Amino acid sequence: MAQQIIFYAFSALVIAAAAMVIVLRNPVHAVLCLVVAFFASAGLWMLLEAEFLAITLVLVYVGAVMVLFMFVVMMLDINLAVLREGFARYVPVALVFAALMMVSLALVVGPKHFGLALFAAPLAHAADYNNTQALGRALFSQFLLPFEAAAVVLLVAIIAAIALTLRPSRQTKAPKPELQVQVQRNDRVRLIKDMDAEGTP
Amino acid sequence: MIALLAAQLSFLPAPVVTVLMILLKILIIVLPLMGCVAYTTLVERKVIGYMQVRIGPNRVTLLGLNFLRGWGQPIADAVKLMTKEIVIPDGANRFLFLAAPVVALAPALAAWAVVPFGGELTLTNINAGLLYILALTSLSVYGIIIAGWASNSKYAFLGAMRSAAQIVSYEIAMGFALVGVLTAAGSLNLGDIVEAQRGSVLHWYWLPLFPLCLIYFISGVAETNRAPFDVSEGESEIVAGFHVEYAGMAFALFFLAEYANMILISALTAVLFFGGWLSPLPTFLGELPVIGTLLGDGIHWFVFKTAFFLFCFLWFRATFPRYRYDQIMRLGWKVFLPITIVWIVLTGAAVVWHLPPWFAHA
Repeated sequence: MAQQIIFYAFSALVIAAAAMVIVLRNPVHAVLCLVVAFFASAGLWMLLEAEFLAITLVLVYVGAVMVLFMFVVMMLDINLAVLREGFARYVPVALVFAALMMVSLALVVGPKHFGLALFAAPLAHAADYNNTQALGRALFSQFLLPFEAAAVVLLVAIIAAIALTLRPSRQTKAPKPELQVQVQRNDRVRLIKDMDAEGTP
Repeated sequence: MIALLAAQLSFLPAPVVTVLMILLKILIIVLPLMGCVAYTTLVERKVIGYMQVRIGPNRVTLLGLNFLRGWGQPIADAVKLMTKEIVIPDGANRFLFLAAPVVALAPALAAWAVVPFGGELTLTNINAGLLYILALTSLSVYGIIIAGWASNSKYAFLGAMRSAAQIVSYEIAMGFALVGVLTAAGSLNLGDIVEAQRGSVLHWYWLPLFPLCLIYFISGVAETNRAPFDVSEGESEIVAGFHVEYAGMAFALFFLAEYANMILISALTAVLFFGGWLSPLPTFLGELPVIGTLLGDGIHWFVFKTAFFLFCFLWFRATFPRYRYDQIMRLGWKVFLPITIVWIVLTGAAVVWHLPPWFAHA
């Protein structure tokens, strides 16, 4: 009973927040609603006893990805008037595409393939069930090769992102701490005339 | 004691009793925590005062007792902040402006749910405790960026941007330091991590994971925006950073969040690297009659270790000049990150080869 109340509360929250992401005009508000949607879906995953996935969703998406999203969206100077221009003109085309997408979605994830008859409610695990351990076992034994392949893809993406933004030819005046700490007295002070170390001629 | 109370309430439906008991436990944790936060502000001013050869707050006494000079200061501060007007700047986003302090405080308090105070003393003992802590501390940045944006002020916005970039950067080093701990302990459960350090002072993880321990604590200082990493407040260049437009209780909530986070980082350093509630003294001393309770394992050791690391926060603030912004980024990405990665590999090797005495059991 309590579980059902929690489930419906979180589901309503996900749907409401997701709708707000599209409807709200202010992009910062939209991003914050997306954060709420992620948070609520993490709650749903928690109900499925998938605590590792739920916490990782909060950690990675809410804690890192969406922060950078906010970062970018707040810096943008978005002119809403320009964005809304021509909205009425494109409505018919948009409606056609929206209808097409709805139909294809209904065909793919409709009751025929994902109905309740095909997916029975998952059995509750024993109290000592450890989702993190179970996932780790599966990833590092059964699915080792796909897991490693995904890791390599991510590594390539990281290196590509760095390579795309790295501009070594740019003339910067940035200080180089590794050179700064090696500076000796003789590099900075030049003695003129005949002066000893105290500065008296 | 809580079980006894629950038995007294058995005339109520069972779920109601459960919820009441959980609320009671939360109060038992949060009220002393808020007290600690209030008095940390006094301790901070006193400690920094003495380090700078001043006396610090000494006007407000408690109950008219002369030897408690200064002890009433946190209460006076709280009354002042609560009765001040909350000014909402022109053009600010009203809802987000008022929501931001709450968003900042909530994760700082929620993270305490899994902290083990003693052997069985914890609100919840969950499997993924370490992960939960990491997820919740990563949320603390939202309060700051929402505050900076909603204030409709350039100083506040600059502070928020600095802080967001800094927290996201240091979170990575912090996360990697924690990966080292969980590899060593073989568990994400904070209670199990403490138990894995049982033995003596030399069995605690500060020794085999020394670089990770240092990096975790320094990243913690950076995460909480404390000196010498407090560029998001940088009063010399951006006035007070993200909370420049806040006054009264809204401002006080940011302070509560910052201090609650400081205490949390200190407590976690104690739990993850310094054996939590374990006693540093030899075991036979803990078996002595009467005095054994004091010398053996117990919550007092956890409190003592936490207090020591909290003192370090204040010590740093009185000692170090503020880092320049590019130096902060360099330290996080180019120094801490490579060290943690190398040490994780070494820890992994040590665990695989059961390096005694720390990893023999693994």
